[in-house]
Parts: sequence; structure tokens; C-alpha cells
Amino acid sequence: MQVLSQQEILMIIEGLRDTLIIVGFSTFFGYVLGLPLGIILAVTDKEGIKPNLIIYKTLDLVTNILRSFPFIILLVVLIPVTRAIVGKSYGIGATIVPLVFAAAPFIGRMVESSLKEVDKGTIEAAQSLGAGNGTIIFKVLIAEARTSLLVGATIAFGTILGYSAMAGAVGGGGLGSIAIRYGYNRFQPQILWPSVIILILLVQLFQVIGMRLSKKLDKRKR
Amino acid sequence: MSNIIEIKQLHKSFVSDKGEVEALRDVSLEIEKNDIYGIIGLSGAGKSTLVRCMNLLERPTSGQVIVNGKELTKLSDKQLRSERRKIGMIFQHFNLLMQRSVLDNVAFPLEIAGKSKKEARRKAAEYLDAVGLSEKASAYPAQLSGGQKQRVAIARVLASKPEILLCDEATSALDPQTTKSILSLLKEINEKYGITIVVITHEMSVIQEICKHVAVLEHGKLVESGPTEELFRAPKTVEAKKLVFSGSEHILEMTSERVVRVSFHGVSAYEPTLGNIILETKTPINILYANTSTVNGNAEGEMLLQLPSDNEKADHIIKYFKEKGLNPEEVNASVITAGNTDDN
Repeated sequence: MQVLSQQEILMIIEGLRDTLIIVGFSTFFGYVLGLPLGIILAVTDKEGIKPNLIIYKTLDLVTNILRSFPFIILLVVLIPVTRAIVGKSYGIGATIVPLVFAAAPFIGRMVESSLKEVDKGTIEAAQSLGAGNGTIIFKVLIAEARTSLLVGATIAFGTILGYSAMAGAVGGGGLGSIAIRYGYNRFQPQILWPSVIILILLVQLFQVIGMRLSKKLDKRKR
Repeated sequence: MSNIIEIKQLHKSFVSDKGEVEALRDVSLEIEKNDIYGIIGLSGAGKSTLVRCMNLLERPTSGQVIVNGKELTKLSDKQLRSERRKIGMIFQHFNLLMQRSVLDNVAFPLEIAGKSKKEARRKAAEYLDAVGLSEKASAYPAQLSGGQKQRVAIARVLASKPEILLCDEATSALDPQTTKSILSLLKEINEKYGITIVVITHEMSVIQEICKHVAVLEHGKLVESGPTEELFRAPKTVEAKKLVFSGSEHILEMTSERVVRVSFHGVSAYEPTLGNIILETKTPINILYANTSTVNGNAEGEMLLQLPSDNEKADHIIKYFKEKGLNPEEVNASVITAGNTDDN
């Protein structure tokens, strides 16, 4: 295997930076959309604190449709939307848009299932104390489900990282893009492998941090 | 005279996969201020549904729930929330916030009431002290025993300054010792803060221990209600008898002859009535079951006696018991085991 040139090393470092930017922003905006989505799904479900069949079914359907789109197709379908939002259809900004669309419904589902894990008795106790729905959502549902929500965020991060590599295939930025363009298309394994290994390490790192944090925040044990 | 809770013609049915299930059928009851009111029934009798209608955690299908003079089913969401603050509730499984410290659990209702976090914590510490758990303030619920968890739940309820406290099988997950201590805490709360308490239980011992009045619920219907002493002394309905006699089933095979149930209270508990009649008739009487207990400070006793097969002597013994005010009542296995043999 050939040794990497300084230029190539620089490229990989820039790729890492781009990946962190893409995944960071996508996760953030994914939660900006996904968190309210998950909350509304959990609340309006027929077992929720404010059941509403119409809202639930509508969001349920939209979420399922977006979730069943193969990401690579979504990427292409969304090109006009991406262009409208960031002005172009390639580069870092253009990668973030479809990633957010792919991540939000996925995050919404995870938030929904985390919130539904909260013991019904605890919710009833809060209701019996006169708590309104807002208080229950923030001080009971989210507070009690925080461990599960954090585990979900860790999973979401890993998934978005995986998607971001795919975005490389259509001219996005980041390590995944480098791995595909240089490693795969131009058959340069000395670039392919370091890129892949860095991605693996990144997922590991965030997994460990996420799990440690959620364990630390969990007061249900001992 | 002043009723703090009035339930009128309450019906509640649930729709399940198997069709409609009637959980409550035409239940009416009145609970006086400062009372400790017990609602007893076997599991599935509808008692939890009934108590959950009292703060509208469960909405009745029809009927009225009047608490503090307000018809709850007619209130807006906002009004209902403010009424609920006056109706505390504790649960079988405590239902504490597991991710909050003990102190913050007690502070929760104060936060709901709009107090600042600091003020809420300061107040919460006082209520925690009132249930004797000050030293656990910074612990988390998972680190506490069942009894301690229920104490935290009680402190949390007290923090919202309720006028009523609903207890939904609050001691059913606790051992007998802890049950006793929780019950005496409830009694103390009733006396000290003047809080009306409604107790839901399937255990007669809980009713005996603290309730002044009791209602018996069976298959969603209220079958009997009245002062606790009266129910113990002379249960009128089959269902009430079943509950009072609970624990005596195992000896029922022996009731081939005439069996009489006597109950005594107060002073007659100290008279050797039984010894006297045995000496007088020179016939053995078989004690099938006996129980003495203190109901609200009064000694209450009951016995199941197997009488001689000689009818003349048996009648004489019954007459003697009547004179002594023991409320003799002939029973037969079919009455006592009604629940087992002709269960609807």
C-alpha cells in the first residue's frame, strides 16, 4: 500500500470536518423537526394524553411514506427542494437538506416510542395533581424518558452518518464522498480504507459517549 | 351533614374486543367531610374505576360526580385541573417520577401550582419532614423501599394541600408491617389536616384498621354501605358476609350440622357467655371460627359455632345468645360460600 501524500492527508482531514458538519447539522435539524413530530405522535395516539385520531393518522402516514423512501431516491427526488433551500444541489449544504428529510421521520418514530415507554401510572399521578398537558409533556414524558431519548439520539447519529456517506454518491461532501470518489471510483485503497476506518471510529466514539451519558443520567437503578 | 363527595347514579362501561363491559352500575354514595371512607370489593368489582371517577381520571358514561359542591363532569379542562389539585391520589405502585430526586418529587405539585423551583423545594422539605423522610431528600425513588415510596407519594400529595385523598389500593403492594405504618400515617393526616380519605381495598383488615364508613362493591353494584362497626356486627348482604367471613372458608366442610354466627362488641366481649351456655346445657359447642379485632377502638368479635344436632338444645342456645345480644344468625355453607358456588 502506498503512503498517503500530504495533500491526500489534508483531503481526508477536510472530509472528516465536512462529515462532522453535515452529520451535526442534520442531526440538529432532524431533531428540530423530529422531536415535535414524535411528541405529537405520542400525545395524539389513542393511548396518549390527548388522543386525536385525525392528527395521528395523518402524521403516521406521512412518516411512514418518508421512512419507506430508499434514501438514494429521496436524495434525487428532493433536488428541487434542496435547490430552493440552499441554492445549489451539490456540496455540504445540499447534503444536509435530504438528510434532514430522511432523519426527521426516523427520529420522530424513535422519540414516539421513547415517550410511550413512560409508565402510564406516572402520567396519571401527574394528572391527578392537576398537571396540564404541557407540564406532562416536558416534566413527565421527556424528563422520565431522557435515558431512552439519549440512546435514540445515539442511534440516530450513527444512522445519519451512514446516510451521509451515501450522499457522497451524488456529489455531497464528507468522508463518505471521498471514500466513494477516490477509493471506489478511482480505485485508491490507500484513501478508501483510512476514510472508512475514521467513519467506524466516529460511530464507535459517539456510541460510547451516548451510552455513558445515558447511564449516568438514569436514576432508576441502584 | 356536609357531603364532600356525592356520587349519583354513576354508570361506567368500557368497550373492549368482547363487547361492552359494565364496570359500574347505578352507583350512588355520599361521603362526609373528614370521614375515612372505605370501598371494599373483590378484584374486578369496579372499585378502582369508581375511585378514578372521583377525580375524573376516568369519565363516567352517565351519572354525576359532585366534589366540593362542583359537578366535575361539567367543568372545563382548566377548571378540572384546579379542582384536581384539591383531590389528591395515591396508588398501589406509588407512581413516583423515577428520574427525580425524592425532594423534587414532592416539589412537583408546587411547581405545577406555579411556585419557583427554590420556593417549591423549600416547601417540599417541610412535607417530607411530615412523613419522616427528611434524610432521604436527595435519594432517588429506586433506592427506597415500598413503604418509603408510599410515604414520598403521600408527601407529594400533601404538598398540593388537598381536601380529599383518594387511596387506590395504596397498601396492596406492601407487607403487613408497612401497611400498618402507612395506615396510621393516613389516620394521622385525616386528624391533623382534616383531609377526607377514601380508601379502596380488597383487604378487610385495612377497612377495620382505619375506616369509619364502608361500602361494599360487587360486580359494579354497591350492595351495602354504612358505619364500619355495623357492617362487622351484622352484615346484611351475602357479599358483605363473604368479606367479613373471609379466611373461614377452609373449615366449611365441617358444617354438616347447624351453624350459627354470633358477634359481640364492647362489654359483651368480656363476659364468658359461651362458657356459661356450655355449662348450662352440658353440650359441647364446636368453635369453627373466631376472630376478635379492634374496629375504630372498639373490640369487635365474631364466631362461627357448630351447634348440637339436637334441635331443642340448639334452639335453646340460640335463644340464649339472643338474650345476651350476640346477634345469632343461622348460616349454612351455601350462604358463606356463595362466592364459590353460585357466583352469578
